[in-house]
Amino acid sequence: MLKRKTDSRAAQGHRDDGLTLQAVDVTVRFGGLTAVDTVNETLHRGEILGVIGPNGAGKTTFVNALTGFQEPTSGQVKLGQKVISGLSPHWIRRHGVSRSFQAGRLFRDLPVSENVEVAGVSMGLSRRRAHRHAMELIEWIGLKEKARQPAGVLPYTDERRVGIARALAMQPAFVLLDEPAAGMSDLECDDIMRLVKEIPERFGCGVLLIEHNMRVIMGVCERIHVLDSGKTLSRGTPAEVQKDPAVIQAYLGHG
Amino acid sequence: MGYILQVIIDALSLGSLYALAALGIGLLFGVLRLINFAHGDFITLGAYALIVPAYGPNAIRFIADFPAPLLIICTILVIVAIALISEFLIFRPLRYATAATLMVGSFALSFVIQNLIIMIYSGRPKSLNLWSELTEIKFLVGDVEIALLPILIVAVTLILLLLLVLFLKRTPWGVQMRAAAEDFKMARMLGVRANFVISLAFVLSAALAAVVSLLFEAQTGILMFRMGTPLMVFAFIATVIGGMGSLVGSVVGGMTVGIVSSVLQAGLPAEVRGYRDVFVFGLVILILLVRPQGLVLSRAARERV
Repeated sequence: MLKRKTDSRAAQGHRDDGLTLQAVDVTVRFGGLTAVDTVNETLHRGEILGVIGPNGAGKTTFVNALTGFQEPTSGQVKLGQKVISGLSPHWIRRHGVSRSFQAGRLFRDLPVSENVEVAGVSMGLSRRRAHRHAMELIEWIGLKEKARQPAGVLPYTDERRVGIARALAMQPAFVLLDEPAAGMSDLECDDIMRLVKEIPERFGCGVLLIEHNMRVIMGVCERIHVLDSGKTLSRGTPAEVQKDPAVIQAYLGHG
Repeated sequence: MGYILQVIIDALSLGSLYALAALGIGLLFGVLRLINFAHGDFITLGAYALIVPAYGPNAIRFIADFPAPLLIICTILVIVAIALISEFLIFRPLRYATAATLMVGSFALSFVIQNLIIMIYSGRPKSLNLWSELTEIKFLVGDVEIALLPILIVAVTLILLLLLVLFLKRTPWGVQMRAAAEDFKMARMLGVRANFVISLAFVLSAALAAVVSLLFEAQTGILMFRMGTPLMVFAFIATVIGGMGSLVGSVVGGMTVGIVSSVLQAGLPAEVRGYRDVFVFGLVILILLVRPQGLVLSRAARERV
């Protein structure tokens, strides 16, 4: 019981304390293929960082490395001063680094509300508090009326939003969103953009956003990190990155 | 009228026993994808826990002489302890093995338990009356006497079902178990502790097995080292036709198998009554041909269609 308390405090307690999630020379190799090649990046709380790149650039692998789903072949991932590469995804989630998945992976038989509640109760909240916390998030994503429906019947776009709400449960310090707007219409994208933009202010966390949709990336990100074939191609503000000849070349070159 | 009532109550009480046993299997399958063939032996052990471990031909009463509440608690504790030891020694090391390996592990556990019982208690059946007043108290309905025990079995089952539903729906542990049953990896990623939910599933499953032991022992009055096996077989079939992984399905399946068995027992002509199970299993095959996914679909699957 005692341990659980400490855990939930760890997940809630580090708002605005200058905490960073840092990749130091992170490299991930699969056999002969280098999916992520000596990438450095520091994510701060309160900012939105976009990670873009052509298909196969290593974006998801990079997020996997940051969240413990993939142990880097070399290099380190640090949460504050602590090296977390090599620790389990489970540990990392409990200590404030959360993510969403490309395929929503909701619990289809559970109601929408419980999909979000699970994170709360498993980190030590009572059922009532977890429910209240979940309902706040669900109201925020605009699904209050659907909270009691099984998640399996939700339309695709709602599924993605629940995925975002679930990633934000228990006030993570950092949230990594893997293509939340994939396959959405412009109108639906606007809605996701509005949500993502609100995250730093509302939840005090740092957001790393992987996205293919340039309009979304340019619309919400303060900084952008461009990957190509696993390597850092360019870094900077949206305006800087858009003008970078290397980026233009890479995107045009890949069609 | 009285005779029909008798058949109905017998059918419901047999169905209840199968449903309780099937739930025990279903709970573990849900979380661990383990088809626990040792579940029947947990039931057997629950009955043997009532007597002094001794090889002699007669049963020396031990827990069996405790007052009922204490007797129930002690039996549950013994079976829960055995289930947790099994999980720790056998199923935890096999956690990342395939479902087939887990199942073979449970077969091995089943044989170990049966042979331990033969070693400690001997393989001969022993007689042990438990709560004999339950079978002696009878109500006269029309021209037929109906015993209290089958009615009690149905009532206990309903109460346990209600408690289980409340546990799963209302408690923080219940939410975690349901999430883990649906997508174990995802539940872990959200912070659910794997060891915790798995141990919890074993505890609930074992407690249900212990209750089945007591009800079954009160009904039969006999101890045999394989007494739980037929229950396990029917309960397993019940979970399959109910829809593997659905707890509602386990209950529906258990009730179906129990009711069909009882009705056939009462309705078949005397010459073929001995082959009753042929008809029961024939029906099972038929159900699976028509609905290979089981009788009860998960909520999402149903509402999507």
